[in-house]
Amino acid sequence: MSLDSPPRVERAATRVAGAPLRVGRASWLVPLRAGAVTLVSLAVLLALVAVDLSNGDFKIPVSDVVSTLLGGGDAGQRFIVIDLRLPQTMVAVLAGACLGLAGALTQTFARNPLASPDILGVTDGAALGAVAVIVIAGGSGYGGGLVAGQLQQVGLPIAAFVGGFGTALVLYVLSWRRGIDGQRLVLIGIGVGAAMAALTSWLLVRARIQDAASAQVWLNGSLSGRGWDQARPMLIALAILVPLSLMLVRTLNTLQLGDDSARGLGVGLQRSQLLTLLTAVALAAIAVSAVGPLDFVAFAVPQIALRLTGGSRPPLLASMVLGGVLVVGANLITRVVLPFAVPAGLVTAAIGAPYLIWLLLRSNRKVSA
Amino acid sequence: MTTTAPIPAPTAAPPRPSLVRRGSPLGLLVLVGLLLLAAALSLAIGSRSIPLGTVIDVLLHDDGSDASTIIRELRVPRTALAISVGAALGISGALMQGHTRNPLAEPGLLGVQAGASLAVVIGIYAFGVTNLSGYAWFSLAGAGLASAAVFAIGSTRGGPDPVSLVLAGTAVTALLGSFTQAIVLRSQETLDEYRFWVVGSAAGREIEVFWQVLPFLLIGLLMAAISAPGLNLLQLGDDVASSLGMHPLRHKVLGLVTVMLLSGAATAACGPIVFVGLVVPHVARYFAGVDYRWIVPYSGLVGGLFVVLADVLGRLIVRPGELQVGIVMALVGGPIFVYLVRRTRMVKL
Repeated sequence: MSLDSPPRVERAATRVAGAPLRVGRASWLVPLRAGAVTLVSLAVLLALVAVDLSNGDFKIPVSDVVSTLLGGGDAGQRFIVIDLRLPQTMVAVLAGACLGLAGALTQTFARNPLASPDILGVTDGAALGAVAVIVIAGGSGYGGGLVAGQLQQVGLPIAAFVGGFGTALVLYVLSWRRGIDGQRLVLIGIGVGAAMAALTSWLLVRARIQDAASAQVWLNGSLSGRGWDQARPMLIALAILVPLSLMLVRTLNTLQLGDDSARGLGVGLQRSQLLTLLTAVALAAIAVSAVGPLDFVAFAVPQIALRLTGGSRPPLLASMVLGGVLVVGANLITRVVLPFAVPAGLVTAAIGAPYLIWLLLRSNRKVSA
Repeated sequence: MTTTAPIPAPTAAPPRPSLVRRGSPLGLLVLVGLLLLAAALSLAIGSRSIPLGTVIDVLLHDDGSDASTIIRELRVPRTALAISVGAALGISGALMQGHTRNPLAEPGLLGVQAGASLAVVIGIYAFGVTNLSGYAWFSLAGAGLASAAVFAIGSTRGGPDPVSLVLAGTAVTALLGSFTQAIVLRSQETLDEYRFWVVGSAAGREIEVFWQVLPFLLIGLLMAAISAPGLNLLQLGDDVASSLGMHPLRHKVLGLVTVMLLSGAATAACGPIVFVGLVVPHVARYFAGVDYRWIVPYSGLVGGLFVVLADVLGRLIVRPGELQVGIVMALVGGPIFVYLVRRTRMVKL
């Protein structure tokens, strides 16, 4: 069973991950290729953000968008770009970054490409929380309108967050058996996730049709109508958790060698695994509570980043940036290219999946050649 | 000497019986008995419960009473469908896990059911198909195309690579699922037809549906029986298997076609019921050991048992309404699966 072996060992063995840099007695590896990929993706991300901001019912040239962002532009342009369009674009960037980083963290510590928040059931748990609020407390639901409006607005993200975190807790407790094993974690995650998804469909079956419809919209992952209220928690989470993740990098690199080797090299295995899982779950739950379950981002983006950078584990920063690229791209496509409204979650899957398929095809042919 | 009898256990150190689980004809018999019991429950229990004695009377001769109508028109088709769909999904799960040597392989995860769903939606949207027998052809074609695509993407020249295969399955599922959703969101009429098919339910299907999918299921069962013994060799790895005189690629194509027939037909009949193909082979392996000649029949019986019981449970939980078998399956199957994963050291495939 090679599910828990690091992916593409044969490639990692033939390719040096970075160039050694020595200053006096200190030396470290500079990940040249990962750095280049990250910078190029960052440039693509900025370009996509600019295009996203310039398009809409009222087109503004990209050059004007840039000058507006830098403080220029007239009052009308400032209003459209900064007050109307920037919040939604920022939500897209931040949600993509959160999901990409969360996926990279879980896939690294479980040494398993399947261990992403969507497959581990964290996303399903968050969806269950949100749907429960919509169905039970919705204006037409069993709450009878008592807790409609403002409370539902505030309650929905909190319920989603609690659902995601609760699922992760259940998952961790159930997978614990003298330590956490990556494959067992994935298997139990699939079981827990399926039960959560079934509870969600039960709620949907029992709900009134209006509530079921609004829950369905949320379940598809939508960016429309999102603003600073959703962006702020994600910004705070990233500000705290990105430095923490970068501090975990050393441990994560050691974890790639296997549990026993890591322990032998002095890694506090359980503590660092728990810390990584908590970080990842917090990121995923916040992103899902803001924009709904954007399918496929946390699962595919780290794998795409890994195949672009060619290391031995999904790169954290590149996954973050590429997550932003994917979600902003999806947002752009739903707003501008498609003639009819489609939830962004469908588009992230529709553009992420073929790309992953292409990468798989290419790397498989290369291995067999 | 060519004999298919199992290798005799070494006499010097007989394995402790508590550690070695093996399938036996007795075990199969017990499962058949349980299945009959579950079928009887499924005939008797519902929004209007009918005593078992009456059930048997009515089954033997149609007396034109209400009970007779309920049982003959509603509950018999439903029970027959639940058993056959469960058996088909259980066996196709076992075959998939054996062929890919991957404990996570199942028709849902490897894109077969997503392909069937998309094909059915296209059938409704573009060709105006509205009856279940029409769905069957689209579902089979979709299941076949999707699984062929997944195997083509996930295979290196040396054969399917487990990790690539699951990644490819997830990617194809996501892609096809988004197309399905997009069509359904676009067209209200398609949604209206599709939502009754997609919930994964044995209810409301007529007995004709059962007769229509039966040929596919029977051919699939025959092919499963042919391919099961070879699976034991495949577990040793493709190289060892071919050095022992087997043709791995030919065998895998046979397995793939079998899985396509079984899960395509099952999906056509009852809509996508997830989780059966994943959980059932693990349960079967728990009782039958590692020999695929036992795992495959055990999986079929356990699968039928699970789906019938899930269907009965769905009628009991929210009386007088009912819960779709797909939902019950995941609600009950999830915890069972978690228990199995925790309890046993997973049989490494």
